[in-house]
Amino acid sequence: MTQKKKHRSDTKMVPVPSHSIVPERDVNEIPVMETRHLGIEFGGLKAVDDFNLTIGKTEIAGLIGPNGAGKTTVFNLLTKVYEPTSGAVLVNGQDLHGMSIVQASRLGIARTFQNIRLFDKMTVEENVRIGLHNQIKYDMFTGILRLPRYWKQEKHQHKRAMELLDIFGMQDLADETAGSLPYGAQRRLEIVRALATDPKLLLLDEPAAGMNPHETEELMENIAKIRDQFQIAILLIEHDMSLVMGVCEGICVLNFGKIIAKGTADEIQANPAVIEAYLGKKKEG
Amino acid sequence: MTKAKRKRLIYNLVTFGLVIGAFIILENMIAAKAISRSLKGQLVPICAWIIMAVSLNLVIGFSGELSLGHAGFMSIGAYTGAVVSGWLVAAFDMQDPILRLVLTILAGGILAGIFGVLIGIPVLRLRGDYLAIVTLAFGEIIRNLVNVLYIGTADGNLHFAFLNKEMPANVTMLVDGAKGAVKIKPISTFEVGFVLILITLLVVLNLVNSRAGRAIQATRDNRIAAESMGVSVTKYKMMAFVTAAVLAGMAGALYGLNSSTVVPTQFTFNQSINVLVFVVLGGLGNVLGSIISATFLTVLPEVLREFADYRMLVYAVVLILVMIFTNNPTTRAIADRLFAPVKKLFHKDRRETAGGGDVK
Repeated sequence: MTQKKKHRSDTKMVPVPSHSIVPERDVNEIPVMETRHLGIEFGGLKAVDDFNLTIGKTEIAGLIGPNGAGKTTVFNLLTKVYEPTSGAVLVNGQDLHGMSIVQASRLGIARTFQNIRLFDKMTVEENVRIGLHNQIKYDMFTGILRLPRYWKQEKHQHKRAMELLDIFGMQDLADETAGSLPYGAQRRLEIVRALATDPKLLLLDEPAAGMNPHETEELMENIAKIRDQFQIAILLIEHDMSLVMGVCEGICVLNFGKIIAKGTADEIQANPAVIEAYLGKKKEG
Repeated sequence: MTKAKRKRLIYNLVTFGLVIGAFIILENMIAAKAISRSLKGQLVPICAWIIMAVSLNLVIGFSGELSLGHAGFMSIGAYTGAVVSGWLVAAFDMQDPILRLVLTILAGGILAGIFGVLIGIPVLRLRGDYLAIVTLAFGEIIRNLVNVLYIGTADGNLHFAFLNKEMPANVTMLVDGAKGAVKIKPISTFEVGFVLILITLLVVLNLVNSRAGRAIQATRDNRIAAESMGVSVTKYKMMAFVTAAVLAGMAGALYGLNSSTVVPTQFTFNQSINVLVFVVLGGLGNVLGSIISATFLTVLPEVLREFADYRMLVYAVVLILVMIFTNNPTTRAIADRLFAPVKKLFHKDRRETAGGGDVK
């Protein structure tokens, strides 16, 4: 007891970082995600260091930065693919410390992958059904014995999968093998599959990669549509600046694992540190 | 009904149809005595190997883990079968062979399942080829264990020992160390084997087309993505592995009670590889293929008895040929060209029927 008291008296007080901005409509809500001094080291290399970000309940946020800045590493930290070596991630106020990828997913984090990770040998519909895995449940024996619950749940699952595929007008592709889809459709399917898990925060890793300007435009509209329809927060990594500046409300710029700027699209575009990171330093004289 | 659903239904119907059709034909042949003695003796082993192949396909084809100790589960089933069958006679004087067979098959399945859980718990949490290594070791450990295992009944009680001299004097031996399980009364019948195949098909095909089965396949295709979707990878890999172990144990009991002795050398690493060959030859994830290749490769050595020495050589050649034909672009192109007229016919046919549907 005395030890504890002594310990407390030694505690150094630090301010909680609250420099992040959230949309005005979300100000009174618990932020869907908050990171505190988040960091990870790989054998002495600080891949991400002192990463502080707050995302509002219905915010569309962007994470940008030059190649190798650590953006995907941040995603891997948020989804528990990596365990952080310092700091904490809070989802709806709940600490993710020590959780597995599956547990994080159940708390409402869903993601897409930079290098597409679909279930290639399964059909498009089955891919979405995997997303619905924890929404629509029945046990193994119900499935093997084909009890009435099986038929009811399967029907329900099919209906829900079709509704979700309809977001991107992909209902016609439901029976195709996922691996045989064109690149753009695979990216869209990943988003649908992530949405099927009923997330509170959707992480999109370069959703517009490999898309033409027309498709990117369409994607931008769809991202906004998804946010409005599902009332969720979206954090996206993207190199296509037209998409980031067009749809993101708050933007966070990462370079060498550290945040160098946070703000709205206009603020970011005018920020000298960002311009330097992307274009290099102006030569003196 | 969607296209994928219809395709799956047709596949399942063909699979069940083939098995039931073959059963009816064979039953009639047996009744008409139009079947050779050696083939008749092969019927129950064929059933057992089909169940082995289909269950291993669940692990390798659907959950994507390599298991090299499937014969180990089979041997657990076979020995459990011999012991339980002998014990039921000694302790309860149970004479009804069918009831005894059913009970022993259940016991074999359950015990193999328990071993499946014990192996699966530590190994399936790891990534990579650990399962292959551990199951390989497991198969050998089981073989060596039963080599020194003595089980017998005395006054209706079961006695276990690892040394012969520890057994009571008035014991009737059921498992006699390296001599294996002895004095088994063969009670396996083709009919029970057939029913067991149907149960296996029902379990595997229904499992694959359900929520759990899709999760199993998702963990095979992409582990990280499956986890990100909230699918507990360990749980579903375990489910596939243990289900396969239970089915293999049942097949083992059926196989063991088909002859008067079971010896440890029947279930070596070579037998595990044999089953693996059935699965690879029939196609990963292809249940119908497993059934056909298991049947074919079990009958073939009997038919070509005089060439039995070359069997392993032929196996190797066949496996290499299958790999070449399924993965080599050149041979694929040649095969495509060869089958093009047939495919064209089929496609044309389909387009016409589709057109007909539109007019209506």
